[in-house]
Amino acid sequence: MAATTPKGSRKGTMGGLPDWGLLLGSVLVYLFLYAPIAVLIFFSFNSTRSTQVWTGFSLEWYGQLLSDPTILQALRTSLTVGVIATLIATVIGTMTALALSRHSFRGRAVADTAIYAATVMPEIVVGVSLLVFFVSVFVPMGIQLGITTIVIAHVAFTISFVTIVVRARLSGMDRSVEEAAQDLGASPVQTFFRVTLPLILPGVMAGALLAFTLSFDDFVITFFISGVGSSTLPLKIYSMIKFGVSPVINALSTVVLVATLFLIFGGSRLLVRKENAQE
Amino acid sequence: MRERVAKGWSAGLAALLAPVTLWLGAFFLIPLLFIVAFSFGTSEVYGGITLGFNPGNYLKVFDPLYLKIIVRSLGIAALTTLICFLLGYPLAYFIVFKGRRWRNALVLLVMVPFWTSLLIRAYAWVVILGGNGIANKTLQFLGITDGPVNLIFTPEAVLMGMTYSYLPFMVLPLYAALEKFDVRLKEAGKDLGASRWQTFLRVTFPLSLPGVIAGSILVFIPSAGEFVIPDLLGGSQTVMTGNLIQNQFLQSRDWAFGSALSVLLAVLLLGAIMFYIRRVGTDKLEGV
Repeated sequence: MAATTPKGSRKGTMGGLPDWGLLLGSVLVYLFLYAPIAVLIFFSFNSTRSTQVWTGFSLEWYGQLLSDPTILQALRTSLTVGVIATLIATVIGTMTALALSRHSFRGRAVADTAIYAATVMPEIVVGVSLLVFFVSVFVPMGIQLGITTIVIAHVAFTISFVTIVVRARLSGMDRSVEEAAQDLGASPVQTFFRVTLPLILPGVMAGALLAFTLSFDDFVITFFISGVGSSTLPLKIYSMIKFGVSPVINALSTVVLVATLFLIFGGSRLLVRKENAQE
Repeated sequence: MRERVAKGWSAGLAALLAPVTLWLGAFFLIPLLFIVAFSFGTSEVYGGITLGFNPGNYLKVFDPLYLKIIVRSLGIAALTTLICFLLGYPLAYFIVFKGRRWRNALVLLVMVPFWTSLLIRAYAWVVILGGNGIANKTLQFLGITDGPVNLIFTPEAVLMGMTYSYLPFMVLPLYAALEKFDVRLKEAGKDLGASRWQTFLRVTFPLSLPGVIAGSILVFIPSAGEFVIPDLLGGSQTVMTGNLIQNQFLQSRDWAFGSALSVLLAVLLLGAIMFYIRRVGTDKLEGV
């Protein structure tokens, strides 16, 4: 697009704002986005308890992190919940995406709306409504608030995201291969597992990755329905922050941050490579 | 040629839709119906609830004590949206029209902080604004203040945390809207004698309006229902609807009133989305 303007740099100017003003403003916004995270990481390596004054480099807080059994337990809970919820949500979400993109039926608009409603409903409303539901229905049945209720809730709020991601992949897919498979005598089930699934796998994996990240990071919904016994990592971080600022939280935040970014970048690179390999 | 889209209901379709219907029905829809029912109930002293048709929980919202909190939440959310727009629009504009080959990298840079946990982002500001933190040191260094002043647990701290957390939600739809913009339209404006400001205000900006609306909704909704940021960065002067709801469920055990507040919040925010979809359509929301 820029090629169509001979004096591209001038024509693109926003109102009367000069280019350097726009540049300076943008640099400041990026600084605003990154400085707090940089400060957080920086002080996780501090040698004293201060999160304000730099006194020297140490890995002490990372050491404390690894020796705190409650943090490790919370991490284990988060991973368990994340993996189980992701598996269930990915299967259900993929099925839903197939139904919505391959079929036109009465009530599809309702299904569509329900999927979107689940993604935009304020988290706090989802959290308290699940709390009310679990306490009124599950607890009388003998199921206490805990890992089970957390997994159920995480599946409920991630299904929609998986559906949307997989559906996007399905809509970009060339259907003729599937038709060829069916013409060659493959059953619908065989066609799905041998042809469709391998083709939409990058989308399914992207959906799964998103589901895992959302589950691993969720605080608000989990906060209401976790009960007393089980704590996920975000709940643990919250109670640590409430207890007071400490470089251990900085260290833990840094680890979570790096892990999340690694997961997203690693995952998306994997997906890109897969897609390229298929072309 | 085979039909590309299967029409009507079949056993296969029912099987594909059964799990999602059951799961979202049981663990999304029914719980919502529960709070609607509870919102018309009457809370008992020890945390129980009697169902019935009691509109009192909704009327309680008009109690000045609570009304103040609700109005304040909407105000903070609106202000957050405005600040995000003021910071986000020039940035999105810069990325689209000046980003050149770094465009994708610049967008990615906006998204990265948003992938980190909300809690961690709020904690970063607790550290910066707290006690004699970096913010205070900077103010003293610049000679603006003489000694440490109270920065955390103020409305400004909450605004800061919210803007920080939701800015990417504003930039991404703005970027998507501006990216589709045909630069030739701007040239046409200029050729017809419009100044830069006129071109911007009468051509570029109106065409980016769907992005502005999408971004505003995406920022406003989570801000209005927020409870983590005011909980960690705010004080008694910044209690928001989210904190009030949390309080009804976890401390005062007035589930009926808490349910009524949740229903109101959901209706208000979903209403805003419906309004948006009517005007702009769903494709923009999908794009984000």
